[in-house]
Amino acid sequence: MALFTDCSSLPVLLGIFSLLQASFRFPGLVEFNPVALLTENLEMASDNSGNCLAWAARDKSGFLSPYTFNRRAVGKDDVSLKITHCGICYADVAFSREKFGKAIYPLVPGHEIVGTVQEVGSEVQRFKVGDHVGVGTYVNSCRDCEYCNDELEIHCSNGVVSTFNGLDVDGTMTKGGYSSFIVVHKRYCYKIPEGYPLSLAAPLLCAGITVYTPMIRHKMNRPGKSLGVVGLGGLGHLAVKFGKAFGLNVTVFSTSMSKKEEALDLLGADNFVVSSDDEQMKALEKSLDFIIDTASGDHPFDPYMSILKTAGTLVLVGAPSEIKLSPLNLLLGMKTLTGSATGGTKQTQEMLDFCGAHKIYPEVEVIPIQYANEAFERLISKDVKYRFVIDIENSLG
Amino acid sequence: MSSESVKDDCLAWAARDPSGVLSPYKFSRRYALRFSLESWVPFRSLYAMNWLCLCISFFLCNRGPKVTWEVLFRALGKDDVSLKITHCGICYADVVMSKNKYGDSRYPLVPGHEIAGIVKEVGSCVSNFKVGDHVGVGTYVDSCRECEHCNDRDEISCEKGAIFTFNGIDTDGSITKGGYSSHIVVHESYCFRIPDGYPLASAAPLLCAGITVYNPMMRHKMNQPGKSLGVIGLGGLGHMAVKFGKAFGLKVTVLSTSISKKEEALCVLGADNFVITSDQEQMKALHKSLDFIIDTASGDHPFDPYMSLLKTAGVFVLVGFPSEVKFSPASLNIGMKTVSGSVTGGTRVTQEMLDFCAANKIYPKIEVIPIQYVNEALERMIKNDVKYRFVIDIESSLK
Repeated sequence: MALFTDCSSLPVLLGIFSLLQASFRFPGLVEFNPVALLTENLEMASDNSGNCLAWAARDKSGFLSPYTFNRRAVGKDDVSLKITHCGICYADVAFSREKFGKAIYPLVPGHEIVGTVQEVGSEVQRFKVGDHVGVGTYVNSCRDCEYCNDELEIHCSNGVVSTFNGLDVDGTMTKGGYSSFIVVHKRYCYKIPEGYPLSLAAPLLCAGITVYTPMIRHKMNRPGKSLGVVGLGGLGHLAVKFGKAFGLNVTVFSTSMSKKEEALDLLGADNFVVSSDDEQMKALEKSLDFIIDTASGDHPFDPYMSILKTAGTLVLVGAPSEIKLSPLNLLLGMKTLTGSATGGTKQTQEMLDFCGAHKIYPEVEVIPIQYANEAFERLISKDVKYRFVIDIENSLG
Repeated sequence: MSSESVKDDCLAWAARDPSGVLSPYKFSRRYALRFSLESWVPFRSLYAMNWLCLCISFFLCNRGPKVTWEVLFRALGKDDVSLKITHCGICYADVVMSKNKYGDSRYPLVPGHEIAGIVKEVGSCVSNFKVGDHVGVGTYVDSCRECEHCNDRDEISCEKGAIFTFNGIDTDGSITKGGYSSHIVVHESYCFRIPDGYPLASAAPLLCAGITVYNPMMRHKMNQPGKSLGVIGLGGLGHMAVKFGKAFGLKVTVLSTSISKKEEALCVLGADNFVITSDQEQMKALHKSLDFIIDTASGDHPFDPYMSLLKTAGVFVLVGFPSEVKFSPASLNIGMKTVSGSVTGGTRVTQEMLDFCAANKIYPKIEVIPIQYVNEALERMIKNDVKYRFVIDIESSLK
C-alpha cells in the first residue's frame, strides 16, 4: 500500500497500467512479475527520494552517482544494519558495466558489506542492536532444497538471490552495499568476530570466502603441502595469507616483478615467480600440490597444469574470458581442474571466525565514496594493494 | 664348448612409416644362447637340469663315448613371463602412433597394447603365473618399481615414467614392440590374470579401453547406485562406460551425435536414455541433471553444453583425445564443477577391473578379425565404424 501513496502522478499511473497490459518482460529476470514492474516504475517516478542514500550506476557506462531509494521495512526475521564499510569487488565493476549479464539500472553495487545492527525483527535471536555484522554476496535463497539444507545456499536449486541486481522474492531488485543501510534476512548475516576491525572484515565477505571455500573443500589445510597462487590482487593476497595460516609452502605467480617484495616480506609467501619467465616456470614442473588461479585477465593454463604434481588440483576463482588447455594435461597425471565462487553461510561464518582467531587481516586501501569511480578504474588497471574499502559511514551522508 | 646367439623370432605386423600402413615383420624378443658341449653324458635335453647337476655330471662322468649335446638357454629374466599371444585389441592409440601424430614414433612400429594370451614359459622367480595360464598385458611393460606411485601399484603415474608396451624405450635401450605379434616377454608385475572361464578375445579390450573408463569411475566414486552418468561417444571406451555404469547401479544417459546408435544403446547396452547432442530441446531438458559425465569422444567438440548438464559439484572426466579442451570459466565456477582426465590405470586397479568384469559377467562387444584385415580395421576405426572394438585373432591368423 505504501507504493500507491508514494505515487503522485496520474500520467505515471496510466503509463504503468499500459505497460502491465503489454505483457512486458524484463530479459534476464527469472519471471515476469507485475509487482517488480510496478516497483521499478514507481522508483523511477520518485528518483532521489527515499529512506536510503546510495551511489548507483545509471547505465552501461557504469559511472556511479548519488541516488536515493527505499529499503523495505524490517520483517520479523530481518536485520537492519547501518553500513559502515563496503569492499569493492571486480563484480561491482563488471555488473555496473553490464559485462556479466543483464543489468537493471539504477544499479547499486557492493556485496562486501559490514556495519552495525540498528534494528532487528521480532524473531531474530542471534543479533541485537549494536552488533557488528556482515553481509556477503547473496541475501536470500529458497531455504528448502538440499543445498540450502546443507547450508550451501550459493547453490540453491531455485536460484540464490544476489545482494545486488538480483530479483528478490517480493519482486524488487536488490540493491547492494554502496548505500547507507540494508535490510537482510537474519540467515544471510554474519557475526564479525569481537575486536575485528570492520573495514578489514568487509573484503572477507566475497574475496575471503571465494578462496577459503575451495581451499577447505580440496583439503589444502594440510601443513607441508605446496600451493601456487596465480595473481596477487584482492583474492590472491588472501589466498597467500590463508595458505601460510594452513602451513603450506606458498609460491606466488605474477606478471609483474613489482609485487615481489611485498609478496615475500609483507604477505609471507615463500617464493615468487614471474610467469613470463619460461625458465623459472619449467624449473617448477610437477612441484605443486595445489594452485589457486585468481587472475582475471586471459592467460595460458598449460604451464600451470604442468606445474601440478600427479593428482594435483588447480582451482579457478578468477574470471578470464575462456579456459583453454591441452588434453594431455588432463589425461596424464590424474590432474583436476575445478572452479568455485563464494560459499555457503556456514562456511562464511567459519571463515570469519578463522580470520579472527588467527589474526588474518586483508590489506586494504580505505576510500571515500566520492572516489568510487576512480577506484573502479584503478581496479581494472590492477592498481590496488590489495582491496578498496569504501568508508561509507564517514563519506556517504 | 662353443656358443652362438639364436634369434627368438617373433612374427608381427608393423608400420614402417607415417602412412601407418601395417605389413608383416619379424624381429627378436629377448635373445637365447645355445651352448654346444662335448661330454660323456648322453643328455639330450637340459630343460630338466640345473647348473649344479650339469657341473657334477660333467666332471664325474668322463668315460664312455662322447656325445655332443646342446644347451639352449633362454635368457628369460627370472621375473619374466613369456606368453603366446592369442588376441590383441585395436585401440585408437594404435592408429595415432602408427601415423606419428605425436611426432615421436620409432619405425618399424609394432602397435597393440590390449594383449591376451597363454603363458608358455616363466622365469625362475615367477610365482604368480605358470605355463598354460591365461594372462593379459596392457599399456605398459615396466616402471621404476621404487617410487611412491609404483609402491602403491599406480605404475602409470611412475615418477620416472612407465615404459609403454609399444614405441617405448625399454631399460636395455631397445624399443618396445606391442601385441600385433606372436608372443611377448613381460616382467610378471605387469601381467594380469584373466579370470577362469573369461574368453580371451573378450579380455583383450579390457586392458586399455576397460581400465581407461573403470579407473576414473572408481576414483571419482561413480559406483554409487542411484547417481546419474552421462557417456559422450559410443565406441570402445564409451560402450564399456555404459556397461560399468549399469553394473554400478547408475542411471546412464548416452550422448551421441548419431541416431543410428540409439537402438543398441538402449536395447543391447542397457542405457536408460539416449540424447542427440545437436538437439537443443533434449539437451535443455537435461540441464543440471547429471552427477558425472565421461567424455570418450575422440573428435573435437564443444565442452560448455556438456558442462551445463552437470549438477552442482558434478564431475566431467575426459578420456578421449580431442585436439584441445576449451570452455567458459562460468562452467567451472558456477556450481563448483570439476574437470578431470584419465588414461589407463595402475596394476592394482587393472586386476580389480578384470575380476569385476568376470564376477559381473561384463563382456565388451567386439568384432574379431584376422591380422590381414588390420589396415581396413584401422580405417574403419577412424570413421567410428565398429561395434565396438576390433580384436585381432592373432593365434589363428598370424603365422
